[in-house]
Amino acid sequence: MTRADTVAAAAATPDREQPHAALGLTDAEYASITQQLGRRPTDAELAIYSVMWSEHCSYKSSRLYLRQFAEKAPPTTALLAGIGQNAGVVDVGQGYAVTFKIESHNHPSYVEPFQGAATGVGGIVRDILAMGARPVAVMDALRFGPADAADTRRVLPGVVGGISFYGNCLGLPNIGGELAFDACYSGNPLVNALCLGVMRHEDLKLARASGPGNKVVLFGSPTGPDGIGGASVLASASFGDDASGGERAKRPSVQVGDPFMEKLLVECCLELYAAGVVVAIQDLGAAGIACATTELAAAGQVGMTATLDAVPLRDRGLRPPEILMSESQERMMAVTTPADLDRFLKICARWDVPATVLGEVTDTGRLEMTWQGDVVVDIPPASAAEGPLCERPVQRPPGQDQLRADDLARADGEATRLREDLLALLGSPAGADKTWVTEQYDSDVRGNTVLAAPHDAGVLRIDEESHLGVAIATDGNARYCLLDPYAGTQLALAEAYRNVAATGARPLAVTNCLNFGSPEDPAVMWQFAESVRGLADGCQVLGIPVTGGNVSFYNQTGPDAIQPTPVVGVLGVLDDVRRRLPSGFSAPGETIMLLGRTTAEFGGSLWAQVTRGHLGGVPPAVDLAAEQRLAAVLAAAAVGGLLSAAHDVSEGGLGLALAESCLIGAGRAARPGSGPGIGCVVTMPAGPAGTSGSPDPLAFLFSESAARAIVVVRPGAEVEFAALCAANGVPAGTLGVTGGEFLEVSGLFTVPVAELSAVSQRTLPELFGHR
Amino acid sequence: MTVRIGIVTFPGSLDEVDATRAVARAGGTPVPLWHGDRDLRGVDAVILPGGFSYGDYLRCGAIARFAPVMAELIPAAAAGLPVLGICNGFQILCEAHLLPGALIRNAGLHFINKDVRIRIENNRTQWSTGYGSGEVVTVVLKSGVGAYVADQQTLADLAASDRVVARYADGSPNGSADDIAGIASADGNVVGLMPHPEHAIDMLTGPGTGGLSFFTSILTSAARA
Repeated sequence: MTRADTVAAAAATPDREQPHAALGLTDAEYASITQQLGRRPTDAELAIYSVMWSEHCSYKSSRLYLRQFAEKAPPTTALLAGIGQNAGVVDVGQGYAVTFKIESHNHPSYVEPFQGAATGVGGIVRDILAMGARPVAVMDALRFGPADAADTRRVLPGVVGGISFYGNCLGLPNIGGELAFDACYSGNPLVNALCLGVMRHEDLKLARASGPGNKVVLFGSPTGPDGIGGASVLASASFGDDASGGERAKRPSVQVGDPFMEKLLVECCLELYAAGVVVAIQDLGAAGIACATTELAAAGQVGMTATLDAVPLRDRGLRPPEILMSESQERMMAVTTPADLDRFLKICARWDVPATVLGEVTDTGRLEMTWQGDVVVDIPPASAAEGPLCERPVQRPPGQDQLRADDLARADGEATRLREDLLALLGSPAGADKTWVTEQYDSDVRGNTVLAAPHDAGVLRIDEESHLGVAIATDGNARYCLLDPYAGTQLALAEAYRNVAATGARPLAVTNCLNFGSPEDPAVMWQFAESVRGLADGCQVLGIPVTGGNVSFYNQTGPDAIQPTPVVGVLGVLDDVRRRLPSGFSAPGETIMLLGRTTAEFGGSLWAQVTRGHLGGVPPAVDLAAEQRLAAVLAAAAVGGLLSAAHDVSEGGLGLALAESCLIGAGRAARPGSGPGIGCVVTMPAGPAGTSGSPDPLAFLFSESAARAIVVVRPGAEVEFAALCAANGVPAGTLGVTGGEFLEVSGLFTVPVAELSAVSQRTLPELFGHR
Repeated sequence: MTVRIGIVTFPGSLDEVDATRAVARAGGTPVPLWHGDRDLRGVDAVILPGGFSYGDYLRCGAIARFAPVMAELIPAAAAGLPVLGICNGFQILCEAHLLPGALIRNAGLHFINKDVRIRIENNRTQWSTGYGSGEVVTVVLKSGVGAYVADQQTLADLAASDRVVARYADGSPNGSADDIAGIASADGNVVGLMPHPEHAIDMLTGPGTGGLSFFTSILTSAARA
């Protein structure tokens, strides 16, 4: 084997050509590295800079904008750790903290759906674990090309299978998520994985090395040649960018997951934390050892040594650049004191987790690595960890005004097709029952799942004695965002907020995964800038901070970017999960009410997409103050035991919401076929609540006006609930009553619940195969 | 004195927290057992919980069957110690030849998580005395390798000797032979169940409380013994 490229050699051969462009670094970035080091980088150093300065790791195009989350953060005492950590940490009371984060694994999941999605789950779980928490639940927000497209039949079952394989084997309940389809995702599906963890306040861990002389331990799976350049090559460029190889050449960039090792790693880490032998810890994800060492050292403002020969390898042929860049899964890096090292290693051995001392924390301020006795890396860690900043050109797309002016023309005879339209929405892939997917996930393991999909939010019990719990939901609507990325992102925030509130929880904090096209396209950067501004402004008004998140650029194949798809996750708390509200009807003879105002808003609606194939106009109006009032009513009503169900009204309007409530039931999760469903009889108000003008059945059923929910009032609580709504200024109108075997909209149409059930349940199995 | 029920943790066990909760809820004392210890800690009965022991590598249960704790458990079970294997635990019991037959991939090849109704066919094992004969209860099925198979002779023997403890009441959701959801050993002390009774012990987090009687049954049986 040839000798490594050493620091000494680099100093001696300043003019040697290096493949910085192939590694994704621009000429200017390469020049900056050379200037900072005072020499050319070694090939190992170049590897570190190329992955750390990639879009994926450095957020170089987005950091300028993301600052708003901190600058506009509402005053809160709930945040124990925020942006910049592996995940945000929120105080949920009684000494408990919850950490949660959502992250994309879009590109790997397109190249290799099963392993791409599986390792997406694995990666986010390690982020949560690294904060000191026990991971307790996962969720997935998924977007695919048209449901009937041939490639969707390759990608979707693979992604679902990968999530099922990894999450189930890891023993984490999958409690919800999203599934949407649009042609814009044909060449670039979105796989956003969320994980939530729980800890006591005092268990919080940070990725900040300290204490010169302390040991740096690498533990978990051995390092192999998988995922090399995943961050720089795969996640930081568009597919089809390079004429030579395209995605074929990128296949080795996808990692392979071993959930069994991850399970051991989780239990091992939790035992290490309990033993008090961890000074700092960092998961190995994108950019592997390069990222973990530079970030641990940079955050602690210390130096670090590492002997790369000590890294356990699956492939003995790996050289320093590959060892540093490998994204082999199921690895962690921790700092421990020399006194605790023995106990640390014994705990790892008890869990059959290989562990190796890689180096030490130093006071030199340099990250120094050796291989075969030679110094191959000697850099200031902050120079790699901080990365460059790009001010990308921003340009509002020229077609934006035209798109917004393209209102859907109302047509004669619309009101005669209401029944057909409702069944079309319910049978559409977006509106249909998702059991074909969720049945493949274990939603019950660990025994704390109080609500899971298809309820509005997942609800987990945190404490079995006090019944403290949390609710979590993710939402995103790319059609709204295409029409207006500022308002569309606020609508995603509002919907997730409302979904959490609909379970009776108090919304507390926000995470996000911002999926966009290429940042090199000024129109995409405009969408991104508007979206971030909308989210930051929205969180400020709602009084819930952004705790962290993830940006995924380059979601496009060739010149066509995906629609802007910010996915927003909201976490809420329930002081007593026994008071949670399910989304479905649980008993006949109870009063159904509609909260909020309805106006005719069809821009970006599911109705416009499914029945007219239309996307244009403006999205529904945002009223965050109304969302707050609605959430306050729902939380108070849940605590007071006034309601038996609540379901947010959003995509598909009131019609789809009612149909869902007939079918979902009150159990913890959807169990189609386990019950017949409960029907209802509703009547359209003479004039839609809070508006003037003549009754508009289409708006009544399918408008997507925001800040609305349907609720079912417990018998005897009608007066008290009406007073609560009035006191909070929430418009409330009686719609009808639960019961019977039909969904009946008086004077308009009637559908048997059995027909709703059949239409809703057949779509995904027919598309995606055998049961 | 309460009845002490051992719950084994193998590498990759997942539902041991749920089995522990169910034992405690039933009124027993859960005792954690470690795969690497050749020690049953003097327990009155043992539960092998669900999960993916050793990542299901090679075959589900095939590696766990050789764990040190099993070297104690196998002779103890043969001598009459009550043992309940749930899901992966059932697979381990089959691999250990404490129960006949095997579990294979679900008929649809997908993992299935759903509430299922099971009918108690034999309420005379130490794990099922709390049920009425023919009683139907709802529990949680969540497995990818859950289809019970055996040769025709074994299936006939199981039926003839009343060793089928529970059947899926609405037909097999996963391709199990004869709709079998659980079986017992010839002596009746070892029971394997594919669906999870420990996930049906309260209305808040499960489909009901129909699973709890498996855990109260053993307390009654063990106290009587």
